Amino acid sequence: MTMTHSETKSARLSGTRIGYRFNIVGMVGLSIILFWALVAIFAPLIIPYPVGEIADLDYFGPMSPDFWLGSDYLGRDMLSRILMGARYTVGISLAAVTIACFSGVVLGMIAAVAGGWLDTLLSRFLDALNSIPSKLFGLVVVAAVGSSIPVLILTLSVIYIPGAYRFARALAVNINAMDFITVARIRGESTLYLIRSEILPNIVGPVLADLGIRFVFIVLLLSGLSFLGLGVQPPFADWGALVRENIGGLPFGAAAVMAPSFAIASLTISVNLLIDNLPRKIRDRSE
Amino acid sequence: MNNRVLSLVLSRLLIALITLVIVSFAVFFATTLLPGDTASILLGQAATPEAVEGLRKAMHLDEPAIFRFLRWIVGLMQGDLGTSYANEMPVADLIGGRFVNTLQLAGVTALFSVPIALTLGITSAMLRGSLYDRIVTVLTIGVISVPEFMIATSAVLIFAVYLKWLPALSFANEVTSLADLLRIYAMPVITLTFVISAQMIRMTRAAVIETLNTPYVEMALLKGASRPRMVFRHALPNALGPIVNAVALSLSYLLGGVIIVETIFNYPGIAKLMVDAVSTRDLPLIQSCAMIFCLGYLLLITTADIIAILSNPRLR
Repeated sequence: MTMTHSETKSARLSGTRIGYRFNIVGMVGLSIILFWALVAIFAPLIIPYPVGEIADLDYFGPMSPDFWLGSDYLGRDMLSRILMGARYTVGISLAAVTIACFSGVVLGMIAAVAGGWLDTLLSRFLDALNSIPSKLFGLVVVAAVGSSIPVLILTLSVIYIPGAYRFARALAVNINAMDFITVARIRGESTLYLIRSEILPNIVGPVLADLGIRFVFIVLLLSGLSFLGLGVQPPFADWGALVRENIGGLPFGAAAVMAPSFAIASLTISVNLLIDNLPRKIRDRSE
Repeated sequence: MNNRVLSLVLSRLLIALITLVIVSFAVFFATTLLPGDTASILLGQAATPEAVEGLRKAMHLDEPAIFRFLRWIVGLMQGDLGTSYANEMPVADLIGGRFVNTLQLAGVTALFSVPIALTLGITSAMLRGSLYDRIVTVLTIGVISVPEFMIATSAVLIFAVYLKWLPALSFANEVTSLADLLRIYAMPVITLTFVISAQMIRMTRAAVIETLNTPYVEMALLKGASRPRMVFRHALPNALGPIVNAVALSLSYLLGGVIIVETIFNYPGIAKLMVDAVSTRDLPLIQSCAMIFCLGYLLLITTADIIAILSNPRLR
């Protein structure tokens, strides 16, 4: 404990270290995340069979040299479908978490700096939004406006704005009480300057860690909605939708049912591992 | 209980009430965003414009949204949940029996998960840093970071496909013996117990560890109290409030879990009813189910907050 503390301190003092030191577990997490990111980008180039092609004569085929992860309920290659599914799962979640955290953090900083009725009103409203269970919120919106990818991204981000807001506001309120903010206020700086140049640089580390955790929530919720048939719609399929499609293979123990689940688990667990093993330098302010 | 506690509790209840109003507002307007005219959808393509106009009037669809919202809220408070679009039955009748089913599922799950989670959470906090604690922590993080349906499908694979102890996805409607009852509940309850327990273990462990780190527990250690005495006499009574708070909070995860579990195991509960209503776009049914879920959720988190207030010795 004291050991790591003095280590980070000396690293900070020497000032020459660029980048951060990760431990092994963090590195493993990071490399799995990078792997899925690369897969999402280059999926069309690396898939062994076209996604829609019925390649296997057998449905729910077992794992074999031709079909590494077996085939699905129509005899399509499961590996190709999972590699392509990474695009939807990772892409939609990334877009949603970016919107959610950006809006949440900006609103949170404004509320903390402005204070007064704006803060109260915003906090009350977003807290109320937060007390709708997330899956239920998704269900109601999908029932109302249908399920397309832009709608999904917006819905997912609206669901997670309150959490990001609350987190950023709590951090920003602490920073807001510091002397250098008072000095900046006396200098007559605008609110925009305060949140951009004084508060944001001081909360950016914890906010990024929080973004990772929220990304996991969004991946899980998106997969859950797709599993219920209310997320990504055919002919496209994300990992949750792949499980739903192939749920009929469950009694036979088909690889097609579990493989997409393992893909989701590998992504979410590695993000959690990475966040838990982030260098204290990034994380310490969030505790 | 002094005035400060009372006013805190009252203000928490007031906040819950305000939240409920905002939530009902959100639910109502989200469902009225539906593109297309409800009356013409209901009557189908062959309907004459006059018939559509008549139905719109009868359903008060020609009124401003705010009046419809008020009408709906007043109806809810009088116990009138409206009529289902899909089969023209009163929503209250559709929900009635299914609501009881869901409550049973939730109750049985709580009965299993609370003792298991508390035991694991408290013991792993006591043995912090040991191999046992690390295994429990890794398992709970694993369960928390995978989707609920993966736990359900894994449970089916293990218990039904490989071990062949339980039927896979079928749901028997006639219950003739205790064995049947066990078979029906086993899979959904196992799945939900895993999901809820993982959350509860994590929160309980954190609550106990926080208490173990306090100076008075260190004092007990220094004066030579045995480890069990230190935990059970000095730490646990003070951790009780946070633990009960954690239990109530984790039970709110039942709501999300129940939606997945009822769908995958075809359990005739209210969540399955709602998922079906979404696919048929049966708005009154969706609105009522959504309100029931939000009410349950709000009830649990408000209870958790009030317990936290009541158990805070600094407020006494």
